[in-house]
Amino acid sequence: MLKVKNLEKIFYKGTPNENTAVDKIDLTVNEGDFITIVGSNGAGKSTLLNSIAGVFPVENGTIILDEEDITKKSEYKCAQKIGRVFQNPLAGTSPEMTIEENLSLAISKSNNLSLKWGLSRHKREIMRRHLEKIDLGLEKRLTTKVKLLSGGQRQALTLLMATVANPQLLLLDEHTAALDPATAIKIKNLTAELVNENNITTLMITHNMEDAIKLGNRLIMMDGGQIIYDIKGEEKEELTIEKLLKMFEIKHGSKFNNDRMLLSV
Amino acid sequence: MNLSFAITSLEQGLAFGIMALGVFISFRILNFADLTVDGSLPLGAAVSARLLTMGMNPFYSLGAAVIAGGFAGAITGFLNTKLKIAPLLSGILTMTSLYSINLRVMGRPNIPLIGKETIFTFIRDLGVPYPWNNLLLLIIVITAVKLILDAFLNTQIGFALRATGDNPQMIRSMGISTNSMKMLGLIISNALVALSGALVGQYQGFADVNMGVGTIIAGLASVIIGEVVIGEKSIMIATIGVIIGSILYRFSISIALNLGLAASDLKLLTALLVIIFLSTPRIKKALR
Repeated sequence: MLKVKNLEKIFYKGTPNENTAVDKIDLTVNEGDFITIVGSNGAGKSTLLNSIAGVFPVENGTIILDEEDITKKSEYKCAQKIGRVFQNPLAGTSPEMTIEENLSLAISKSNNLSLKWGLSRHKREIMRRHLEKIDLGLEKRLTTKVKLLSGGQRQALTLLMATVANPQLLLLDEHTAALDPATAIKIKNLTAELVNENNITTLMITHNMEDAIKLGNRLIMMDGGQIIYDIKGEEKEELTIEKLLKMFEIKHGSKFNNDRMLLSV
Repeated sequence: MNLSFAITSLEQGLAFGIMALGVFISFRILNFADLTVDGSLPLGAAVSARLLTMGMNPFYSLGAAVIAGGFAGAITGFLNTKLKIAPLLSGILTMTSLYSINLRVMGRPNIPLIGKETIFTFIRDLGVPYPWNNLLLLIIVITAVKLILDAFLNTQIGFALRATGDNPQMIRSMGISTNSMKMLGLIISNALVALSGALVGQYQGFADVNMGVGTIIAGLASVIIGEVVIGEKSIMIATIGVIIGSILYRFSISIALNLGLAASDLKLLTALLVIIFLSTPRIKKALR
């Protein structure tokens, strides 16, 4: 499904600030995998996801998605096959446009843009059906401008928009970190629901150890730009927070230093 | 203010209203402060006037002006999206080069159109007496432009264009190139501005290389007055607002002239007007 080979990303190369964010990573993601990614600050989690999404050029390595080399493709081209949700709930939607106009863009994502009407009765039907599933009453507010929604509602909408066109890969970068705890739980449940229902291959960065263990079928721990653990199957099911922290200390030689992560334990 | 003064203001408001719709696209929809318009307005007038003196059908000359304006927008788009020059500077560079190009197009700084057949004389010859011929034609053209623009902004591409100005990150993650969208928006915007220039040229009976000075400010004034007076609830309402804004703007200029202000003071007046309307929402908030 997704094959990352020898991936290397260096920021500020050739300057005193040179920083190897992703250090020769190899990763094979199978179809239907739901992988949670944990790691201390600066471990390279976001850089890995951004590299896959084509946000910036990488120094070395190849990224193959569904038999296609997307290493050198620009962000918008990669996005045709990849859905993304960001930490900032404001990042994934257009605030001045209505809910239905935003969703319309997501639904027509798989097709080429044309001069057809952006909205139609048929499209609204599809939207209502999807919005009913996320259970926030948004199906009754199709013509509301998105800027009037709360952060949680906007993030739920973003998640729906990222999954509605059945992407081959879904990238979630701490997408519940900026929400209040109750809303975060809602969005997490919704994530699991949407991912499982459509069997979308997913990579999810989280700072919440419990979520990382509970969600998905595979857990990756990163440190210093490398993958230090790749835990799947039974081993993943038997994982606990204590075990995970211990594993980290063994490899890293010191305690886990992600403040947010420790606080959320 | 007498009636003929009011009619003149109305006509000017309509003719320049198409320019204001162009500025609405770049400034509001794309969030791109595009100064190209100071050059593309006279470009439209120049192309149309030159072709008229060569004996072209006045309606076709409008089409030529639209294409020329589109090119001007494409150049600004190229400078910004491909060469990564800042939006403001891209517009200024195109605007500056258009001054020379407009002189080349016209062959001299001013082309009078008195006695030439224009779209306005064409309608008059059909039996619509002056000044209704001007008014009728301008209303038809601007209504058509508004309706087509409204429709376009409600297509899939139109949605993508609107979202590009609103949240470029979102539009990239929807698999759409923000560069193509910016390019498209600037082409449409400047095509409309050039159309407006061609209409203004034929309406006032001459094209002049300096007629574009202050276009962007007049356009901004129209857009902002429209937003304050009419609102921006939906695209359809916003575009009506822009047209009404343009008419109100021309009226306020006329009133100022009637009150005895010198024509040379108008630019200052316009700037003050824009400042007042831009700050109104904040002042209102502060007083609350």
